[in-house]
Amino acid sequence: MSSKMQSSNNIAQARRTVQQLRIEANIERIKVSKASADLMHYCSEHAKYDPLLMGIPTSENPFKDKKPCTIL
Amino acid sequence: MGEMEQMKKEAEALKTQIEAARKAVGDTDMASAASGVAPAPRVQLKTRRTLKGHLAKIYAMHWSTDNNLSSLSSIGVFRLMVSASQDGKLLIWDSHSGNKVNAVPLKSSWVMTCAYAPSGNLVASGGLDNMCTVYNLKTPVIKTVKELDAHTGYLSCARFLSDTEILTSSGDTTCALWDLETGKQKTVFLNHVGDCMCLSLSPDMNTFVSGACDSLAKLWDIRDGQCKQTFQGHTSDINAISFYPSANAIITGSDDCTCKMYDLRADQEVISYQDAALNSGVTSLALSMSGRLIFAGYDDFNCNIWDSLKGEKVGVLSGHDNRVSCTGVPEDGMCVCTGSWDSFLKIWN
Repeated sequence: MSSKMQSSNNIAQARRTVQQLRIEANIERIKVSKASADLMHYCSEHAKYDPLLMGIPTSENPFKDKKPCTIL
Repeated sequence: MGEMEQMKKEAEALKTQIEAARKAVGDTDMASAASGVAPAPRVQLKTRRTLKGHLAKIYAMHWSTDNNLSSLSSIGVFRLMVSASQDGKLLIWDSHSGNKVNAVPLKSSWVMTCAYAPSGNLVASGGLDNMCTVYNLKTPVIKTVKELDAHTGYLSCARFLSDTEILTSSGDTTCALWDLETGKQKTVFLNHVGDCMCLSLSPDMNTFVSGACDSLAKLWDIRDGQCKQTFQGHTSDINAISFYPSANAIITGSDDCTCKMYDLRADQEVISYQDAALNSGVTSLALSMSGRLIFAGYDDFNCNIWDSLKGEKVGVLSGHDNRVSCTGVPEDGMCVCTGSWDSFLKIWN
């Protein structure tokens, strides 16, 4: 690659980097306190539907048998 | 000043601006905010099934969705899953009985990923062959329906959006959206500077996140192909990534031995899951249905369970005799599956 091509590639790359940073800089951000509160709210609302968190009564556990699997 | 110099200056200024904007909203962190939340209960899960059948290291597994429940079992419905091993096979398992339902021989045994389409009609695999191969499970004999061949590096992850579209991540540093009818790439996602190792689709399927060996996680718009946000903080390869069920946060797992949560709307890391005693890389992760529990697989043969809000370790799944390479929680949240280099899959609840 000629050095002229290489330097114009570098400039194209630099332009893309700046373009990308502009996109990322311009987003709206909310406070971490609000984001955390929303996450905590989501977890507490959904906790009762989470079998691994709440535990599964044996009668409702589709995996309750500990039979070893059969190899076909 | 030359254009190059100008570009460099502007890039530095923008990076400073982003850091300042993050700091301005960084009024707390997740663990502090959750200090008043009751701790998650100590989680003690038992191995309910050990799935034996692969003859070599298992690299990936993926659960079928609620669209594909079958009523062949005595209990009413059962759920299928696909696993991939370097023995050169994909195996489809009935998780309830532990039986193998299907075996798909692979052209290339160097498989790194597998995926189940939401419909249950198709599965995909890929790896060091640089290709994503899609198979139809519903034809009388399992058929290869497409070989997606355009990546110039290994296929690290694949996820179906539907029977007509699939997303892939690759060691060539790109991700791609493919049209399964034409077999061509519709969109290529360019921005990572290291091998892409993992991806996760948002619940609404409009965006996805990727993790790479450049230690960055990126959020992408599927339709316009743009990277919208970049998340820093890890100090090594990101091997695993998942959207939080609320869709406003993501969890990552890395070779730096930590997992992290990044909030998308605050645009920053809000908590890190780490322990001084843990010095093995994270290979895989999955979330319980509410998102409260993170199941993270490590190189040290264990899967640690983290309280996602408080950052505390609340349990461990021990039982594998080699690295845990993949984990998955099905849509109904009824169990967690771990797959290992010891050639076994285990189902826990």
